[in-house]
Amino acid sequence: MMAEDTDTTAALTTPPPRGPGWSFNWVGRIGLVVILFWALVALVGPWLAPYPPGQIVDYDFFTPMSANYWMGTDYLGRDIFSRILMGSRYTVGIALAAVTLACTLGVILGMVAAVAGGWFDMVLSRLLDAFNGIPSLLFGLVVVAAVGSSIPVLILTLTAIYMPGSYRFARALAVNVNTMDFVTVARARGESTPYLILREIFPNILGPVLADLGLRFVFIVLVLSGLSFLGLGVQPPNADWGALVRENIEGLSFGAPAVIFPSIAIASLTISVNMFIDNLPTKIRDRSE
Amino acid sequence: MTMPLVSVKDLRIGAVTDAGRKVEIIKGVSFDIAPGEIVALIGESGSGKTTIALSLMGHTRTGCSIEGGTIRLDTSDITAMSEWARARVRGTEVSYVPQSAAAAFNPSKRIMDQVTEISAIHDLMPRAEAEKKAVDLFRALALPEAETIGQRYPHEVSGGQLQRLSAAMALVGDPKLVIFDEPTTALDVTTQIEVLRVFKSVMKQGGMAGVYVSHDLAVVAQIADRIIVLKGGEILEVGSADQILSAPRHAYTKQLIAAFEPVPHQPQGLPLQAAKPKVVLEVADLCAGYGPVRGGVPHAKILKDVSFKLERGRNLGVIGESGSGKSTLARAIAGILPAYSGSVMLDGIQLTPDLRNRSKEELRRAQIVFQLADTALNPAHSISTILARPLTFYDGLRGAAREARVIELLDMVKLPAALRHRLPGELSGGQKQRVNLARALAASPELILCDEITSALDTVVAAAILELLKELQRELGLSYMFISHDLSTVEAICDDVLVMYKGEVVEALPAARMSTEAEHPYSRLLVSSVPKLDTGWLAGLEQDPELVAQFANR
Repeated sequence: MMAEDTDTTAALTTPPPRGPGWSFNWVGRIGLVVILFWALVALVGPWLAPYPPGQIVDYDFFTPMSANYWMGTDYLGRDIFSRILMGSRYTVGIALAAVTLACTLGVILGMVAAVAGGWFDMVLSRLLDAFNGIPSLLFGLVVVAAVGSSIPVLILTLTAIYMPGSYRFARALAVNVNTMDFVTVARARGESTPYLILREIFPNILGPVLADLGLRFVFIVLVLSGLSFLGLGVQPPNADWGALVRENIEGLSFGAPAVIFPSIAIASLTISVNMFIDNLPTKIRDRSE
Repeated sequence: MTMPLVSVKDLRIGAVTDAGRKVEIIKGVSFDIAPGEIVALIGESGSGKTTIALSLMGHTRTGCSIEGGTIRLDTSDITAMSEWARARVRGTEVSYVPQSAAAAFNPSKRIMDQVTEISAIHDLMPRAEAEKKAVDLFRALALPEAETIGQRYPHEVSGGQLQRLSAAMALVGDPKLVIFDEPTTALDVTTQIEVLRVFKSVMKQGGMAGVYVSHDLAVVAQIADRIIVLKGGEILEVGSADQILSAPRHAYTKQLIAAFEPVPHQPQGLPLQAAKPKVVLEVADLCAGYGPVRGGVPHAKILKDVSFKLERGRNLGVIGESGSGKSTLARAIAGILPAYSGSVMLDGIQLTPDLRNRSKEELRRAQIVFQLADTALNPAHSISTILARPLTFYDGLRGAAREARVIELLDMVKLPAALRHRLPGELSGGQKQRVNLARALAASPELILCDEITSALDTVVAAAILELLKELQRELGLSYMFISHDLSTVEAICDDVLVMYKGEVVEALPAARMSTEAEHPYSRLLVSSVPKLDTGWLAGLEQDPELVAQFANR
C-alpha cells in the first residue's frame, strides 16, 4: 500500500536528528572547574597550608595582606589563608555529605510514596509536612544544644532539615510521571515497584531532582555557615567558612581582609554549584522535559 | 472580479530548531480568499496548516518568523505592520477560534466577560450593547438559555457548547475573516454536527470569510467552498470542495481520499489451533468504577454489567463517545482498574480482577496498547530498551538472542533495525505507534487491547497502521479488541462491534452491517452522525430531534 511506503521510507532516508549531547556550555564548565577546585582544596588543603590553622603566627591581629600572610591574619593573629584551606574540608565535606543523604533519602521515599500511594503516602507526607513546620535553624539549635556539636551530628541535623523538602519535590514530580501511560504499561506487564521506581520513573525526574540538589547544597552551606556563625557548628580551634566570617566580623571596621576572603569562598562555591547545575549537559536535563 | 478579501503571496515562514538549525516550514505559499468565502486548509500534522492560518493574524508561534512574502487583509498589509498595529486588527478584522475551547477559556471568569472582551479591548461599543450582541450571537449559535448562559463559568457548559461560545467570542467584534483551527476535532461526532451546522449558518448570515483548518476531509466538505491541500509547507492542490472530493488531481489528495473510504473487513480464515479454546476472551457482567470503595462498590460506577465473547482470530470493535466507558472496559479487562464484580475469562482461564494477583503467563496473553504513543513510551529509554524489557521479563531473553528478537519485532512493524538506538523523542508519531505495537507483540500475546491507537494519527498514517494490524493478525493469529470513537476505523478492522453508551453495551452488531442493521436509537444516531465525503451531506441530514435530545451531549 502506498501509505505504508510513505511512512517507513521516511524513516530510512532522513538522517537521525542530532540527539542531546554530553557537552557542557561554558557557564557550566566554569561552574564545574570552580567546584573541582574547591573539592581538590578540601582534599589536599591541609598539606598546602603554610601554617597550622590553629597557630597564632602574628602578634598583630587583623593584619592586611602581606607576602607572609597572603590573606592577612584573623582576630587572634592566625593565618587566614591556612584557615580557609582547612575550613574547606568542613564546609564542602559536611554540605556534600548532608545534601547527598538528604536527597537520596528524600527522592527514594518520594518515589515510593508516589507509586505506592494509599496510607503509606498519606502517613509519610503528613509526618514530613509536620516536620517541615519546624524552623530549620531552631531545629538545628535544639539538636546541637541537646547532643553537642560534632561533625556526624551536624551532617545528620542538616540532612533531617533538608530531607522533607526533597521528599516533597520528588514526590510531586513522581506523581505526575506515575500517571503516564508508559508506567501503566509497565504495571500492566506485571513489573515490581522497585522496577517502576528505578527504571521508569527515576530517569524522568532526574533533571529537576539534580537542579533541586544544587539548590539544596547551597542552602546547606548557608545554614551550616549560619550555625557556625552562632557558634553551634564546627567547634574551635577548627572553623568552617561560616565560622571564619563570624570570628572576624569585627575586622570589617578595621578594613581587614580577614572577613572578606571566607565570604568570597562561600559565594564562589554556592554560585558555581548553581552555574553547574543550571547548565548540565542536555543529555541529563532534557530527560524530564 | 471583485477584489479578494485576503491575498497571500509567496509566504515564507521559517523556524529555528532547538539545535539552532534554521528550517523553512512554509515554502512560498500563495492563495486568495474572496469576501464571504470559506477556505479550508487541509493536510497532515506538520503540513503547516495552522502556521499559515495563524500568520493571517500576523502571528507566528514561538521560534517561527515570517521571512518573506506578503499577507494582505482587506486594505491592511499584515506583514508590513508593527506588532502594535496588528493588535488593533486582531479581533476586529480577523479573529480566531482555537481547537480546544476548554483551554481557550479562563476557568475563573464568567463566559460573558470573556466573550465581550474583544469589544472592551478595542473600545468598540458600550458594555450593555456588547452583551446584547453576545446574546444575539448565542441565539444564532443555537445555544440553550441564550439569555443566561453568559453568567455561567466555562466548566458549567458542555464541550460542544463551549466550542460554540468560543466562536461567539471570535464573532463579537464583527471580523471580516474568522480562522477556525480544528474546532470540532476534540468533539464527539453527535456534537460535531450541531457545531458545524451553526458555524456554517452564522458565517453565511454574517457574510464573513473563513479559514477552516482541519485534517478531516469529511468535515471540511460540509463547510468549505474551496479546499487547499497542503503537505510539507507547500500547496499541492487547490480546488472547489466538489472538485477536490470527486476529481482530485494530485496523488496525495487521492491518497487522502482513499484512506477515508472504509475498506470492509474480511474475517480471517485462521489455521485452527486445535488445542486452544475457541473463545479468547469472555467477559460476563463486568462492573467497574472509580473513587472510594464502600461496601464493595466504588463511588462512581462507570461500567455496568458488560458481557461479550470474542472468538480467536476475530476482532471486536468497541465504539462510543467520550465518557461511554470504552477505555474503562479495556482497563478493567487488563486489570489496571480492578473490576468490582463480574468475570473476565482469557483462554478459558478466569482472571482475577486486580492484575497484581495475575500470573506472568496470564499477563503475557493480553497486552494493552494506548492511544498516545508519546506518553506510552518512556522518553528516557531507547527503542531497543523499551522492546527488550518484555522479552527479558516474560521469556528471560538476554544478550544476542534478545537483540535479534528486537530487530525481528521492528521488522514485523516495518521499521528499520537501526531505529532501535534512538529515543522515542526522535521518532515520528506513526513510528512511535508502531514501536508501541511492537512492544505489545514482544510478549507474544493472544489478545491485544487497542485503545484508540489510530485516533491521534494522520489519516494516511492511521490507514497504514490498520493495514499493519491486519497483516500481523494473518501472520500471528492474534485477536484484537479495538476501541475507537471513529466508526470507519472500526469498520475497517473489526468483525463485530459493541456500541457503548454511558457504561452499558446498548447493541452488539456485525461490523459490516453496522450502518444498515443498527436498531438501538443511540447506535442509529451515532451511525448517522459520521460525516460523509459529500458536500451536501450536512444539509441533507435529518435527525430525529427527540433522539438527539435524548442521547447527544450538545
